[in-house]
Amino acid sequence: MSFFETIKKFDPKDIEKSIGKMSSVEVKRALAKNKLNELDLMALLSPAAQDHLEEMAQKVRSLTVQYFGRTVSLYAPLYISNHCINECIYCGFNRSHKIARKLLTHDEIEREARFLNAQGIRHILLLTGEAHKITPLEMLSDVIKLLRKYFPSVSIEVYPMDTEDYRILKKAGVDGITVYQEVYDTKIYDKVHPAGRKKNYKYRLETPERAAKAGLRYINIGTLFGLAPVRSEAFLCALHAKYLENRYLDTEISLSIPRIRNIPGGYSPDYLLSDRLFVQILLAYRLFLPRSGITVSTRETSDFRDNLLNLGVTRFSAGSHTEVGGYTEDEQSVPQFEISDSRSVEEIVRVIREKGLQPIFKDWEDISQ
Amino acid sequence: MESGLILGGKSFTNRLFTGTGKFRSKKLISKMLEASGSEMITIALRRVDLTSKEENILEHIPDNVTLLPNTSGARNAGEAVRIANIAREAGCGNFIKIEIITDMKYLMPDNEETLSATRLLAEDGFIVLPYINPDLPLAKKLEEAGAAAIMPLGSAIGSNRGIRTRELIEILIDCCSVPIIVDAGIGKPSHAAAAMEMGADAVLVNTAISAARDPVRMGEAFSYAVKAGRMAFLAKLTEESKEANPSSPLTGFLR
Repeated sequence: MSFFETIKKFDPKDIEKSIGKMSSVEVKRALAKNKLNELDLMALLSPAAQDHLEEMAQKVRSLTVQYFGRTVSLYAPLYISNHCINECIYCGFNRSHKIARKLLTHDEIEREARFLNAQGIRHILLLTGEAHKITPLEMLSDVIKLLRKYFPSVSIEVYPMDTEDYRILKKAGVDGITVYQEVYDTKIYDKVHPAGRKKNYKYRLETPERAAKAGLRYINIGTLFGLAPVRSEAFLCALHAKYLENRYLDTEISLSIPRIRNIPGGYSPDYLLSDRLFVQILLAYRLFLPRSGITVSTRETSDFRDNLLNLGVTRFSAGSHTEVGGYTEDEQSVPQFEISDSRSVEEIVRVIREKGLQPIFKDWEDISQ
Repeated sequence: MESGLILGGKSFTNRLFTGTGKFRSKKLISKMLEASGSEMITIALRRVDLTSKEENILEHIPDNVTLLPNTSGARNAGEAVRIANIAREAGCGNFIKIEIITDMKYLMPDNEETLSATRLLAEDGFIVLPYINPDLPLAKKLEEAGAAAIMPLGSAIGSNRGIRTRELIEILIDCCSVPIIVDAGIGKPSHAAAAMEMGADAVLVNTAISAARDPVRMGEAFSYAVKAGRMAFLAKLTEESKEANPSSPLTGFLR
């Protein structure tokens, strides 16, 4: 059964209800198990589990140390274009926003790459908006080849593509993608994506699978918290990760927990994800998917991020800018989202070490080409 | 005193092999090596950053410790061969641990691809240590292909579950002529001692040491366990029995 068919079986409202009914007994049962099923996941995401956060955290810490050691991988995002044909109502790059649009030239991209490399960054996430004419496949392919001169590992967060296109980018040197479903609730998905290619829910949902079929090694998924009821979104996202993990054994599946913060354009989220619930979701993800990486970006504040370091997080962005040309250009464009942790790579590395963890700059290099 | 374990023409007195992954600080690696006396350490070439002196893990490994680069990240024989060659060119020596994994969930080695890579690399002059799921016919083929030792898994990598494949490893120990080094799954010193008591020639321990609260002391603890297990094996353990065996037998009067 495809994940799209699985999703169709669930009504998010029923999921919220079932999660709401979970009791402390069920939470304890889940905590006592090594291999968790969907009901255990529900229990861990439930309001009842709020009283068990410390127990969850203790277990998460030892699981994370076991599977990932006392380490945290680092990466930085690199935005090269904010042109976009979509109208996602929550996004700073929404095409109806009257913001200055920018596409970096080859030389500008190289300048940004050189800067990040000098900071010690070795893993990079290349980002654009969705604009097939302005950032077409061939151009992305060239940019990736350029970036591979500076970084052993390049992942992309651009627009969903066909498997064949991913194969082309893999050849150019890409080894991973990040693609958020944004929201798993189909009705809300339809509402917050009023126009553009992104309106196609199924095509987006199946993007990670198309990338996995093309042989990309790293796939990072997530739901953007704020758009729909939080617990059912976390549940469906974790199920999605599990589905991918079981089906594409040679691909490493990881999760992000992005939540909407204030962005230019003034979108205020309907379903705020509190810090406490954020932590609960992070812990539930780790317990349900012990081997999956979990990424926390600089959307979160420095204090909050530092506290998460011992709670199951395995990947951190550092020294990030989310504006096009944000690292070296004088003229700043509008960021995709506001950064809440503006510390330099060096400062973040220091904190990671103080927490008794080793920052990993280079974890992989595709030497199969 | 017994002679050391010979691998690729080199003699190793200490039969505890260690790894460089998962430490909270790279500086702990050299201290752990000193405390444990481990003479061979495996290192994932994928994580070596030759462009940065501070981040280059090789700077933390003393010269008297033999490097065992591994092909972590390889999904097939071709990739493993390429990684091995890069390791050799980077000055990591001739030893290579073949680790070919196509499943990210249980991290099981792909035995078939491992055999192909062993053939190619042994022919090319590498000292090849293949990491495998314990399987006798495969082990014999690996020997024939020129493997210097065989590294069967005790249980899944990083699982700390101990020697779950005991009976299969015992078969390898019984029937193989090359050294058997138990790799993966060893979670505590008693597991390592158990492997050595069984007659394994060495063990490779990474997570259980590096992820311990005090990796330096844990390295030392493992070293003692490996020595104790080896000594027990050499001293010929008495057989286990379900019934009690009186130390003063009832028929002792019969001459």
